[in-house]
Amino acid sequence: MSNKKGGYPQPPFLQKIKRMNTFIKDRQNQILTKGNSDTKIACGKASVAGSVSQRACVFCGSRVVLYPIADALHLIHGPVGCAAYTWDIRGSLSSGPQLHRLSFTTDLKEKEVVFGGEERLYNALVSLIDQYKPKGAFVYGTCIVGVIGDDVEAVCRRVTREKGIDVIPVMAAGFAGSKKDGYKVACDALVKLMGTDTTYKAPEHSINILGDFNLAGELWMLSEYYKKMGVNMVACMTGDGRIDDVRKAHTAQLNVVQCSGSMIGLAKEMKEKYAIPFMKVSYFGIEDMSDALYEVAKFFKSDEMMEKARKLVKEELSQLLPALQKYRQDLEGKKAAIYVGGAFKAISLVKALRLIGMKAVVVGSQTGNQDDYDLLKDLCDEGTIIVDDSNPNELSEFVKQTGADLFIGGVKERPIAYKLGLGFCDHNHERKEALAGYDGMLNFAKEVHASVCSPVWQFMK
Amino acid sequence: MLLKHTTDQVRERKALTVNPAKTCQPVGAMYAALGVHGCLPHSHGSQGCCSYHRSALTRHYKEPVMAATSSFTEGASVFGGQANLLTAVDNIFGIYEPEIIAVHSTCLSETIGDDLGQIVAKARDDGRIPEGRHVIQASTPSYVGSHVTGYANMLEAFAKYFAEKSGDKIKQINLLSGWVEPSDMRELKRITELMKVKSVLLPDTSDVLDTPMVGKYEMYPKGGTTIPEMVSMGDSMKTVGLGTWGTEKAAKVLDNKCKVSYDITDLPIGLKATDRFIQALATAGKVSIPESIADERGRLVDAITDMHQYLYGKRVAVYGDPDNILPLVEFLLDMDMKPVYTVSGTPGKAFTKKMEALVGERCPEAKYKNGPQADMFLMHQWIKEEPVDLIIGNTYGKYIARDENIPFVRMGFPIIDRIGHSYFPTVGYLGGLRIVEKILSGIMDKIDATAPEESFELVM
Repeated sequence: MSNKKGGYPQPPFLQKIKRMNTFIKDRQNQILTKGNSDTKIACGKASVAGSVSQRACVFCGSRVVLYPIADALHLIHGPVGCAAYTWDIRGSLSSGPQLHRLSFTTDLKEKEVVFGGEERLYNALVSLIDQYKPKGAFVYGTCIVGVIGDDVEAVCRRVTREKGIDVIPVMAAGFAGSKKDGYKVACDALVKLMGTDTTYKAPEHSINILGDFNLAGELWMLSEYYKKMGVNMVACMTGDGRIDDVRKAHTAQLNVVQCSGSMIGLAKEMKEKYAIPFMKVSYFGIEDMSDALYEVAKFFKSDEMMEKARKLVKEELSQLLPALQKYRQDLEGKKAAIYVGGAFKAISLVKALRLIGMKAVVVGSQTGNQDDYDLLKDLCDEGTIIVDDSNPNELSEFVKQTGADLFIGGVKERPIAYKLGLGFCDHNHERKEALAGYDGMLNFAKEVHASVCSPVWQFMK
Repeated sequence: MLLKHTTDQVRERKALTVNPAKTCQPVGAMYAALGVHGCLPHSHGSQGCCSYHRSALTRHYKEPVMAATSSFTEGASVFGGQANLLTAVDNIFGIYEPEIIAVHSTCLSETIGDDLGQIVAKARDDGRIPEGRHVIQASTPSYVGSHVTGYANMLEAFAKYFAEKSGDKIKQINLLSGWVEPSDMRELKRITELMKVKSVLLPDTSDVLDTPMVGKYEMYPKGGTTIPEMVSMGDSMKTVGLGTWGTEKAAKVLDNKCKVSYDITDLPIGLKATDRFIQALATAGKVSIPESIADERGRLVDAITDMHQYLYGKRVAVYGDPDNILPLVEFLLDMDMKPVYTVSGTPGKAFTKKMEALVGERCPEAKYKNGPQADMFLMHQWIKEEPVDLIIGNTYGKYIARDENIPFVRMGFPIIDRIGHSYFPTVGYLGGLRIVEKILSGIMDKIDATAPEESFELVM
């Protein structure tokens, strides 16, 4: 039935999508079906104008990455919206300061749009720094800041000079790309801080964790695992983050990177600048979680560490596996659709779903890269639909055609999944349950089970 | 101690808003457009704006919220967004097939000088808008006003584009609603039906953002004001606008364009505001007030009578949008409570005047502020100076409520941590009952939780 067009085969259930996509021809190569195609998926493209894209902007990307740095002042320079929408929306926990959870904005008005907002920014910064004595400050420049010609960098330099703390410009005009480009902007801001602590000496076997945001306290769980193995953490970027930790991050011997979409660039830069090697890991699911520990032990070439890691994994699994069993019984053979921010996370989810007997039938991401999509394609079963930058119409068509029982996604996908009568698991940055680590795997199984097996679905007529 | 950073001394702030009691125009435009049947809101700006607004509305309504975006790039921000919007119009009619695209601008597109009217006209001239389909536009710069302003601008755009005067008056009234919940819109319609007043409600988000679960996803649910209804608004006998901030612009347009005269009354929140609303309906629709409505009123007054001892003298902090909190403040006063602090991020000089008229004599110690720097931070500082017995406002009040151990009633936008607002109205006499119930539950739950053993009571 497949209809060859432009070299991209189209399975029958894509026919309707194709009809919908008469105008968005470009999207055809952003969707592929495992087994029907040897071609590569097209990704990293800008969204087509007029699409109901699930994607966000540069500002959003920079804000979510830097947000968890809890002792920093985060000031949003722009009209009120950007600050209002990012006020404490991320469940990133802090063991100390909570300054990051407040919403500060210069709340630009027509006057500043005409005459410039530099003075307003300066005044806001100075009064906030005097009042809160933060360890550092990030100033986010939103869409119109560049357009109205504010020299944010100059204001930041001036305040840095006058107040003696690092005031770092985060130039995050929303239109300058997608969320992924915002990650890069955030990482550049971190690089500016890094290496400024010149006295700190990291202990032996020290790592940085990159790309964990301490959602629901996940970082605390992970650092506990590493601690048990005898591994020290210098800095986490950016979960439960502190300015002073970032300053000394250059002293670690290894960067362990998860959520590769946001942090791989930083890891590469740190490798170049400070000769710190990095490894990509994932903390979701048993396999990937255990590998994340073993690989670190391997890196440090320590038998003792490896022994401790094995012991830890064995202990955890001896409890986890029997506990998973009862969920697996109910979930065996059920089908899941995944649509998350980055494709690397999707890979772990495919594996984690297999542990509870489920199969991923649709896998997509907002901002996956080519490597991740290649990995995904290798990993997935025949017939699985793989998609980049999708929209609600496509997604709902996909789940209907594949008969999915569960949807894994974020805030905008949840109500659509429910309307279609699917269970849902929030695997985005608003989640309140830790889903990383071994405890996280059990939480994941519970959450999926609770939703897929809910009696509510029977009442839907 | 989430808000331990709030200092207890109020200092003059010029350049800074902390913990805003408002958000920006486009989200209001998006919400208003969702109240029109078969309409797809479109955000002309960076795609982040659209994503944030959809997320904000989704969290509040727990419903799918669809909107398209022009997905601005560097190029668009230099050369203008015309090409993006024209492509978007093609794509949207081609793929999503709405009856109407309701375009609103953003701070970016406004600042670079995109003229939405001109671009939409070009789309029309180019033949990009299919027969029987419509594109309307509203200018909603984020650096002017607040989300309420955006709501009002989009309502105005609908009225301006669709209402037609045929010359034959129809025995119906236009009911323009300020920003309230789908449940409230449903209640407004129930009341007009009880009154036997034929009306066109604009916008109407009931059956759009409170849809039943049937195992099917409808991009355009059955609710929303329809095009023929909007067209007919030009022939109505009268317009009744509920809330100055949200509806006056649209009411004026109907008057100017179609000579339909208007009355602006408050949103019917609380006893007296509902009295005025019912009276306005009766006058505009030339009907008498039925007994069933009088009974509803009686039940509300009865509930207040039964419990007035618990309400007397309670100090209340209120924040939210002017159209909603002004009648609420009046209602609190009528229940012998003291609205000591009132804050709204939405600007407008009328707010101060109206507040003065309400509290001047009945609660002279009241502090109130709206516009720039009227934010949650200020409200928290006031509360730290002298505490209150109750806080009423959107979800963001929970930080203050928790830190200061104050009962908290959720009203307004957004409510992202509880349900109920989509289903149970706060307008009308029934809505008044719900407000009374929620206020009493908040206050009395705290009495129960903290009363010493010897004064803990079964019967209250």
